[in-house]
Amino acid sequence: MAIRSFLILFLLFFLSSLHPILSLYEDQVGLMDWHEQYIGKVKQAVFHTHKTGRKRVVVSTEENVIASLDLRHGEIFWRHVLGPTDVIDGIDVALGKYVITLSSGGSVLRAWNLPDGQMVWESTLQGPKHSKSLLLVPTNLKIEKDNVVLVFSYGRLNAVSCTDGEVLWKKDFEAESLEVQQVIQCPSSDLVYIVGFAASSQFEMYQIDASNGELLKHESAAFSGGFLGEVSLVSSETIVALDSTGSILLTISFRNGKISFQQIPISNLVEDSLGPAVIIPSSVTGIFAIKMNAITMFIRVMGEGKLEVVEKTNHETSVSDALPISEGQQAFALIQHAGSEIHLTVKLAHDWDGNLLKESIKMDQQRGLVHRVFINNYIRTDRSYGFRVLIVMEDHSLLLLQQGAIVWSREDGLASIIDVTTSELPVEKDGVSVAKVEHNLFEWLKMLFFFLEGHMLKLKGTLMLASPEDIAAIQSMRLKGSEKSKMTRDHNGFRKLLIALTKAGKLFALHTGDGHIVWSHLLQSLHKSEACQHPIGLNLYQWQVPHHHAMDENPSVLVVSKCGPSSDISGVLSFVDTYTGKELGSLTLVHSIVQVIPLPYTDSTEQRLHLLIDADKHAHLYPKTPEAIDIFQHEFSNIYWYSVEDDNGIIKGHVLKSKCTGEVADEFCFDTRELWSIVFPSESEMIIASVTRKSNEVVHTQSKVIADQDVMYKYISRNLLFVATVAPKASGKIGCVTPEESWLVVYLIDTVTGRILHRVTHHGSQGPVHAVFSENWVVYHYFNLRAHRYEMSVIEIYDQSRADNKDVWKLVLGKHNLTSPISSYSQPEVITKSQSYFFTHSLKAIAVTSTAKGITSKQLLIGTVGDQVLALDKRFLDPRRSVNPTQAEKEEGIIPLTDSLPIIPQSYVTHSLKVEGLRGVITVPAKLESTTLVFAYGVDLFFTQLAPSRTYDSLTEDFSYALLLITIVALVAAIFVTWILSEKKELQEKWR
Amino acid sequence: MALISRFLLLVLLFTALVVSSGSGDGFTINGRVKIPQGLGTKGFALPGRTSNIKVILNGGQNVTFLRPDGSFSFHNVPAGTHLIEVAAIGYFFSPVRVDVSARNPGKVQAALTENRRGLSELVLEPLRDEQYYEIREPFSIMSVVKSPMGLMVGFMLVVVFLMPKLVENMDPEEMRRAQEEMRNQGVPSLANLLPGGGRN
Repeated sequence: MAIRSFLILFLLFFLSSLHPILSLYEDQVGLMDWHEQYIGKVKQAVFHTHKTGRKRVVVSTEENVIASLDLRHGEIFWRHVLGPTDVIDGIDVALGKYVITLSSGGSVLRAWNLPDGQMVWESTLQGPKHSKSLLLVPTNLKIEKDNVVLVFSYGRLNAVSCTDGEVLWKKDFEAESLEVQQVIQCPSSDLVYIVGFAASSQFEMYQIDASNGELLKHESAAFSGGFLGEVSLVSSETIVALDSTGSILLTISFRNGKISFQQIPISNLVEDSLGPAVIIPSSVTGIFAIKMNAITMFIRVMGEGKLEVVEKTNHETSVSDALPISEGQQAFALIQHAGSEIHLTVKLAHDWDGNLLKESIKMDQQRGLVHRVFINNYIRTDRSYGFRVLIVMEDHSLLLLQQGAIVWSREDGLASIIDVTTSELPVEKDGVSVAKVEHNLFEWLKMLFFFLEGHMLKLKGTLMLASPEDIAAIQSMRLKGSEKSKMTRDHNGFRKLLIALTKAGKLFALHTGDGHIVWSHLLQSLHKSEACQHPIGLNLYQWQVPHHHAMDENPSVLVVSKCGPSSDISGVLSFVDTYTGKELGSLTLVHSIVQVIPLPYTDSTEQRLHLLIDADKHAHLYPKTPEAIDIFQHEFSNIYWYSVEDDNGIIKGHVLKSKCTGEVADEFCFDTRELWSIVFPSESEMIIASVTRKSNEVVHTQSKVIADQDVMYKYISRNLLFVATVAPKASGKIGCVTPEESWLVVYLIDTVTGRILHRVTHHGSQGPVHAVFSENWVVYHYFNLRAHRYEMSVIEIYDQSRADNKDVWKLVLGKHNLTSPISSYSQPEVITKSQSYFFTHSLKAIAVTSTAKGITSKQLLIGTVGDQVLALDKRFLDPRRSVNPTQAEKEEGIIPLTDSLPIIPQSYVTHSLKVEGLRGVITVPAKLESTTLVFAYGVDLFFTQLAPSRTYDSLTEDFSYALLLITIVALVAAIFVTWILSEKKELQEKWR
Repeated sequence: MALISRFLLLVLLFTALVVSSGSGDGFTINGRVKIPQGLGTKGFALPGRTSNIKVILNGGQNVTFLRPDGSFSFHNVPAGTHLIEVAAIGYFFSPVRVDVSARNPGKVQAALTENRRGLSELVLEPLRDEQYYEIREPFSIMSVVKSPMGLMVGFMLVVVFLMPKLVENMDPEEMRRAQEEMRNQGVPSLANLLPGGGRN
């Protein structure tokens, strides 16, 4: 009895020493996770290098980011991600200490403190009508000792005080259809010109006194030919425009308030006609550039409206804006592509033939063309001018060029990831050479030394005896010492490649160990071409995942894209090797791509079969091989799919019918047939979300044993679809609808038969709905207008037809129906259980953890509006939760019911970091069952490993081997000591 | 379809009416975020550093930032019931329900949605600060003893030094009886020792 109770005590003691936590310590940051910060494709850049101290450049980007970058290294000093609709129209630096941004179509003007990024003031500008928005920070313009910012937006010119954002004066331009083109400050006076077009053939010029907003002059002149697009400013009183056909150049001068036109047909300047021209907007005095097809021409304005072509080139060319360098002198930068190099030329505006600077820089072909150029100067030690140039490439990367070299580069294309998939790394090869062994022996000794030293330090760390330097040493050792960034597959499956497709049409492979770029490839198929005008990347699919038969093949991914925004435009496929990043091939298809269905069949080289549905409802099979068609014919009648038409409120089920009956015989094309359709009444329901299960999800167990030894069978079907509809009135944002006139209806639909298995109505609720479907449950997030809080609901679906298989005798006698085939056509008897809870935050994304075998319990990964990712145990969303669970239920792990879901700060997987502009979260199983890999992307990237039920199948990273060794040694020593003692005692007994 | 479009048109007209009847374009919500100095001393967001705090209207419809004094404003907000959230690393803010009524402009009714507490003025304070990391417990002899290795050593010591004492102090009679019992039962298995283990 004594032994027994003692053992129980011991066990209890042992169990109590396991902390029930999932979070990490502060010193574990960076061990399993990495975080990368990006800004997106730069739209505008303003240098701030006048003062001594930190040299910086302020940029605005297409991801609505404003950031201050270190000009030495390209690091971010500070950064703000504005809202998704808050598009930045212009930035500038005022007073040398404020960054002024104009955004939201010209309605929001903000000033930020340049050193630390603190917002100083914000003001809202309104006006009579929509117009182009322009920001001008005039130099030396003061109203009552106050520096002024001029903003043209909504058909109104505002003068805003720099210090507090107050509007000092405003002037409306009521002229019905004035399309403002430029706001120009007259040098050395307080005059401002506003020029624009009205009624497409009228040129308007307003002269304004900038100190009080008084209209001094208004002139207009008609030009019968009309105007086309942009204008180029060639002096403070002259602009160049094109007529509506793009064949006549117009030099419009408004000197002293008098408008005069000069027309020069382009054919007078160049002999051969090259089609319509486009003006490249720039602001260099006396020079402008036009582009005709692939030819770029630089034209000098000679005065009296005379033009002269100074250079004609068919290389891709980009020009920067003018940079005033000294009294009356302007410099500008020109970048031309020539093969694998780019030529940077800096010229003075009035002297085309002389170059201030000419450099050639080798450029990575994978960066594509130069899209934008920004120039800045500095004074060298010998008092001459030096120039640095910031360039934005086609792949959205940002580079600083100085003294003929790339000083730094930022891969900002990664801020706009469209889709992500993963790929395995190559297997480590055997067969090591002798030289390598010798080398390794030395390395090994060194390693051993480091190992011992490391463990001594670690032991010190665990015993809390380490000094701050020791702690720093431990930290750096942990961060770099591990093998996490090796380029081979590891036993636990933690090392993988993340393949990311970006908006620029570039494919990146990131290593999961530390996030470094393994390779990147600018897809040729996503390059603008004659056949494909506006290529848009759509999705990534696993094309070939060799594991059994074709180990020698490299895995590859399929990139699906299309040539334009409309749905019936032709599609493009490209295949990329994930080890090397080489494009294996690309196909420009004759048909469009509306839907891509990866089929669960592979051919002998492990290429997955894909079915592409086009806009004419034809199905096309890829790869186009006889073997594929052979496999496909076998499964012909087993292929079902569905389509959701959001605008019409229709969900349709489809099936294959026969070979295409077109004029061209194509044995890989199939006609399809509509099997069923569900039409939602358009006056009361509108589809806002549809979610299905991940096709590669693994479910470990078909049943769930509940507390009273009862079994519930999960209804697990790959063909379940979750659809959410709302009242059309409630489809907008929160705040525009009352609870009485809004509702949310949720459906579970079988996509083979079109049968609605379950339907729930949430009255007084509205979208947006974010949902995740896994195993036999779906969790969705929506807004409850009555409580004015967000809610999360769970629906679990169970199979009732197998419920009576619990009888052991039936099982023994074989009278169960477990082996009967499961078909979607058999009428399922399902029961559903559901429950709802309040949740505090708005959502941006939701996902669920997935593990290799599906044994580990699940966690929901919730991307909150604060750009953090929260891990929430699925046990909190269990419809069997009740206020007072019984003892048996408690043992099963059921948590007492609460009205809201808990937010435990320690369970934020992003801990104290933010994934700014969060758009998606994906999870990938590792080989180790307990662990899953989580990748969250937006403007930032974040990656971590997660163990939803702790790492029960491996030792944790901070496991102290040293302590184990010491214990063993101590035990052995104790054995010897006690042995000797007992020997002695025995001897004494015998002597007695 | 036609019905919907007519309906939408109506909605648009309605909002347009509100906009024109209000002070120019919709209404303005002004508020302030206040972070008490006491909170967040063990900080990620240093007290007073407000430049990275965002204020979000209706789940991302509008996003704004704080001025140096902590104030923020949303312009052109239509009448209705809105939701304001504050995203600040290191603090937990409750979302706030804000009623903007067309009848008495300028008057804003606000309530925290987490605990339904009404606010007389729109001053948002964090409900609590958030600690994202576990705190390492300082070294104590107990943590070593409690670790699996410590327990092993401890158990061994107990067996080595205490068990002989226990056996010594036992009555010889009882000892014999116990030994007999042991012989009958065999070695006690772990399953028998566990509570409820007898069931299966």
